[in-house]
Amino acid sequence: MNEPEDIAAILDDMAEQLAAHVGKLGANAPAMVGIHTGGVWVAEQLHRRLQLAEPLGSLDISFYRDDFTRIGMNPVVQPSELPFTIDDRHIILVDDVLHTGRTIRAALNELFDYGRPASILLAALIERDGRELPIEASVVGRHVSLQPNEHIKLTGPSPLRLEIQQTA
Amino acid sequence: MTAQTVKKVPLLRGKTIVNLFFEASTRTRTTFELAAKRLSADVLNINVTQSSAVKGETLLDTLRNLEAMHIDMFVVRHADSGAAHFIANNAAPHISVINAGDGRHSHPTQAMLDMFTIRRVKGPDFGRLRVAIVGDILHSRVARSQIHALNLLHTGEVRIVAPKTLIPVDAKSLGAHVFHDLHAGIRDVDVVIMLRLQRERMQGALLPSEYYELFGLTEEKLALASPDVTVMHPGPINRGVEMDSEVADGPRSVILEQVTHGIAVRMAVMSMAMRTTAGAQETEQRKEPLPGKGEAAE
Repeated sequence: MNEPEDIAAILDDMAEQLAAHVGKLGANAPAMVGIHTGGVWVAEQLHRRLQLAEPLGSLDISFYRDDFTRIGMNPVVQPSELPFTIDDRHIILVDDVLHTGRTIRAALNELFDYGRPASILLAALIERDGRELPIEASVVGRHVSLQPNEHIKLTGPSPLRLEIQQTA
Repeated sequence: MTAQTVKKVPLLRGKTIVNLFFEASTRTRTTFELAAKRLSADVLNINVTQSSAVKGETLLDTLRNLEAMHIDMFVVRHADSGAAHFIANNAAPHISVINAGDGRHSHPTQAMLDMFTIRRVKGPDFGRLRVAIVGDILHSRVARSQIHALNLLHTGEVRIVAPKTLIPVDAKSLGAHVFHDLHAGIRDVDVVIMLRLQRERMQGALLPSEYYELFGLTEEKLALASPDVTVMHPGPINRGVEMDSEVADGPRSVILEQVTHGIAVRMAVMSMAMRTTAGAQETEQRKEPLPGKGEAAE
């Protein structure tokens, strides 16, 4: 799992699955949005493989998190950039790790502040147990079983690597 | 964020912020109010007209009453130096206090938005910049905070340019080169920050009558500065006193950008200064406020 070649293979596989989904959308071209920071790296790779016409968008969900009053503000906030209109567009939302589902909840809320998308489809490089919200991905790269004290982290952007970290 | 259909983020939803202004202000109060609203906080504007000194009892009573209304943050503007600090020391521990200008002392968020503006225009390397602050340095809390911020960012050279009567006696200890002549003061500078003549803070005639003649910024004088010089002013401008309209509205002026940046910077400060419910850090934070917190950047 720590080899960069593995990630390339996973991404190829994800792109293939996404292409099948995109095929069903008809003439309405989809747009892709990555969630900062790891999700953007994964999205860049998928965007290139799928050769989407619309430029890649990115979201920083810091202002939409639900744990702000507990842990405070992340001091480094990236700008969210959606270089296309959201209204009536099919959106492919991309993140690196799907865990509790809270990041995706925040991203969905932020997307709706930009407009009313036709549909949103979620693609995650890694899916692990521990969902706290009814959110599932349409396309998953790998499912990973981890202990509650273990975290999986994507480093990048080149090469992309996955690391399993343990917290005491 | 301004590209969003909904120009608002939910970060401070359910928080109540009070703009506690003991001194008139339009721009600062408005941008603080907009910043709070774009973060989804509820905002209350309280303008307390007060004569001179901090009236201990009255101010504390005001404070206790507002605390009883479950306020989360105060944004304080006061004519006396140290007022925000006084309120921060006396407010309940869960309440954050941001200094929106106190007397001649400091105006941290103004200096932060000015640094943000310079960085946007000139890039992150302040070491290669010459910055001149021109005008009423003596009465200016903005100038004090700017000099402090510019030195923190290792600015190549910080100059203050004013008649002798408008330079504070401790000028040298501020960490700036003093000029009494505008021509020499703005020669080859990359940024000129003009200050407003603060008539309301002046007691007696401190001004040479020929102020505009000698220290007013015109296109002609601006030609002495670096060719890509940037002109700034914290507002409100006295046209024809500190600067000519041609300069204020000219291509090198970023005065209106400063206003726009003021909202973003104040949103950032409010986000970082808002207390979290993690009680363990509370006492520590009160002693050593976060760098983003207004009163810390004195």
